[in-house]
Amino acid sequence: MSKRTAKDAHLPVGECVTQVGINQDLSSVYNFSDAQELHLLELLKRTAIHGESNSVLIVGPRGAGKTMLLKCVLRDLLEDKEAQKSLLQVHLNGLLQTDDRIALKEITRQLHLENVVGDKVFGSFAENLGFLLEALKKGDRSSSRPVLFILDEFDLFAHHKNQTLLYNLFDVSQSAQAPIAVVGITCRLDVLELLEKRVKSRFSHRQIHLLSSLTFTQYLERVRTQLSLPDGFPDSRFAQDWNDGVKTLCGDKSVEEVLQRHYNSSKDVRSLHMLLMLCLSRVSVAKPAIKPADLLEASRLCFADAKANMLHGLSILELCLIIAMKHLNDVYEGEPFNHQMVHNEFKKFLQRKSNSMYNFEQPVILKAFEHLQQLELIRPVDGSSAKTQREYQLMRLMLDHSQIMEALQKYPQCPTDVKQWAMSAFG
Amino acid sequence: MVLLTLTSAASGPCRWNGHWGRRRCHRPVAGGRRSMTALLQHPGYEDESLQRVAEQLPCREAQSAVLLSLMGQPQQYSYPSIFIYGHRASGKSHVMHVLLRELELPHATLSCVECVSGALLFQRVLLSLFGHEAAALLPRSASLSDFVRVYRQQCSLSPAEQTRFIVMEKAELLRDADANLLPALLRLQELVEDNVTVVLLSEIAWDKFRPNTGCFEPLLLHFPDYSKGELQQILSQDRHPSYSADFYSSYINILLGVFYSVCRDLRELRHLAALNFSKFCEPVAEGKVKETDTHKLWRNIEPHLKKAMQTVYLREVSSLQWEQMQQMEEKETGVVRGLSAHTHIELPYYSKFLLIAAYLASYNPARTDKRFFLKHHGKIKKTNFLKKNEKTSNHLLGPKPFPLDRLLAIFYSVVDNRVAPTASIFSQISSLVTLQLLAQVSHEDQLDAPKYKCAVSMDFICAISRTVNFDIVKYLYDFL
Repeated sequence: MSKRTAKDAHLPVGECVTQVGINQDLSSVYNFSDAQELHLLELLKRTAIHGESNSVLIVGPRGAGKTMLLKCVLRDLLEDKEAQKSLLQVHLNGLLQTDDRIALKEITRQLHLENVVGDKVFGSFAENLGFLLEALKKGDRSSSRPVLFILDEFDLFAHHKNQTLLYNLFDVSQSAQAPIAVVGITCRLDVLELLEKRVKSRFSHRQIHLLSSLTFTQYLERVRTQLSLPDGFPDSRFAQDWNDGVKTLCGDKSVEEVLQRHYNSSKDVRSLHMLLMLCLSRVSVAKPAIKPADLLEASRLCFADAKANMLHGLSILELCLIIAMKHLNDVYEGEPFNHQMVHNEFKKFLQRKSNSMYNFEQPVILKAFEHLQQLELIRPVDGSSAKTQREYQLMRLMLDHSQIMEALQKYPQCPTDVKQWAMSAFG
Repeated sequence: MVLLTLTSAASGPCRWNGHWGRRRCHRPVAGGRRSMTALLQHPGYEDESLQRVAEQLPCREAQSAVLLSLMGQPQQYSYPSIFIYGHRASGKSHVMHVLLRELELPHATLSCVECVSGALLFQRVLLSLFGHEAAALLPRSASLSDFVRVYRQQCSLSPAEQTRFIVMEKAELLRDADANLLPALLRLQELVEDNVTVVLLSEIAWDKFRPNTGCFEPLLLHFPDYSKGELQQILSQDRHPSYSADFYSSYINILLGVFYSVCRDLRELRHLAALNFSKFCEPVAEGKVKETDTHKLWRNIEPHLKKAMQTVYLREVSSLQWEQMQQMEEKETGVVRGLSAHTHIELPYYSKFLLIAAYLASYNPARTDKRFFLKHHGKIKKTNFLKKNEKTSNHLLGPKPFPLDRLLAIFYSVVDNRVAPTASIFSQISSLVTLQLLAQVSHEDQLDAPKYKCAVSMDFICAISRTVNFDIVKYLYDFL
């Protein structure tokens, strides 16, 4: 015991942390209320235990905790012995099962009925599904086992031909064939508009909306709880120091401003996790404490403009071409341009300058122009690239005025005459 | 102190699945002090392999450190998908390959250019991660559903002790594949319930990738471009053993001086450096100039490099041709036979005039034909507005289509002697179309009034008209 504490005691840098955890139980992180959880649990219990058919949709933006809600509910549901014995689950995903045929094969597989189906050929989807559900009937032929269908990315199923799968599933849930529960998870709030009339009428119109309603103080509190180490941490002194560091971090003014900015742009948990993760990746063996500068740096990385980063790496010739395009956009108010026009504009700039440092041949300038096209900083106006020559194809600039000016400020060793040209209003 | 800040790597991984953990292995303080000399350190990996990694990745220490900290300990889960973007030849694939190879992590690398269909992609991944038998389990034209199913089967047979990485280069081509492929790959860890991370490498920003209804956002990492100093440092590394390092770096300095304002792509610069070094060493090898006499060396190589910019850099001339040219004497070199048409095309006499007539027809508005080609014409009013608004200059907008009759009318007035409209004249028009000097604009079915467009540049047509002693500039409306 003493040896262990001695070992723990002299771990300032070294063996320091065995685990710096962000708060482990994610269900408390996500913002679904107990009422919603109970509602869903009740619904599924009625199917699993009492044999009632139900359908429900869980709707919420990305990262709101829909799958997490379902996992928690399933975990609670399977604690019940009877449900655990008889409930069957089928998990389908709109991204994977892109076709009703594939979906049916997957259902057969997950219900372990491949041998039963064997080589049978069915006339229609409904027949096939009916056969599968028949096959699940319990020994005394009284009732079938309850099946839980979970459809992830539900809106993608609505794009299948005739929405056959959805129609049949909802049909079974409305008629007294077999007790099934259909739970759809989707990120689209207008998912009901996507359903056909006959499908919509068979749906029970039960929706659970998960919309985040965090206030800023709750957000800050979340940051603090997520970064703190739990009580059961082996090295208690380190945990104490760490938690104190986290407290000072959360009290810091600049940190609060940065978190306010993040909160204003998106309240969801995933972007918060990304920010905290980038922040924690700067903690190292050499530096085992968390500082406000870490969070500020992580925030800067999160908010960095990708296009500005790419502009930083362009050659001077390409930068001059972009400035020429900006001038063309200013003069002709956003009309598309082609390579010849940009070249002409660039030549006008060169004429004013006495030194011929940028006096390149036309093909070299065309190669620079093509490089910009490959980076998708400029894009052709329409797809008819076969008919027109390369030099005369019309393009648009995909950059904003302010992005270009900002990039110019940060460009390393930008020549002053180029900068002045960019600042001047016309030509 | 600088070394210390670069040593920021060692944080551990995060366990994604609701439990973010970072494990550090037992690292005594003494070991920490020793690691100050190594630029990369991480508890999960051996020092020697990290040392080797650092040697192979000059100027990319910060990025490899961040990647190491994200990858974390091998047995821990890391972030499901990472998106790395940066200019080409900025070291994205190189860093990933070196890291995965030296640290011996299970990985599958593929280029989306090769995997044109989803089935090829799935096969490659299964082959690299699980072997031939797994890849053989996939049906003929596998869908994503089959891939996930086989992957899960294989996982249950051989669960992952270390994080598996799937690295995809040129990821921008995934946008053109099936709409469900990209979102599914970003969530692959969740779909297969295994310790796998998908790394996407691209030179296009993430904003252009995002699907309509959103997806699982990957972690974004930027690989900044190399600065001039860093380029110098990296290029100086492949120096010729028989010359000194200073000599080579002065050569690189001169090379960068000529090419840096045009091109900052490391691969192109290395290629140019390799091609032109023998010419640079020529005066030293012949004994005329000492190694340290940079001014004379510069005077010798600079025109050569400028010529390289117009030919080899543009791939007008292949590298082999370039090297052959260097071996010949300067007097013998003559004209470089480039790939573009304008250096070596030879046309018959009437074809040249047909081409000139086509150029005039494309770039002059039809109403001005009277002025140029009739002996007694009236005055043509050029409105001042049209002339000042240079955007309507035809040389900026491109060639306009013209009917065959107009071409022939201009042709007859331009050619000095009398020409009969025989089939040989018309067949020459067709051969000009085949040579892609003219482009046919009308539909192929229209036989009685086909329309054409002239597809040659100003320099080319001036060269042609000089050979027949025709002053074309006098006949162009834009140069009045």
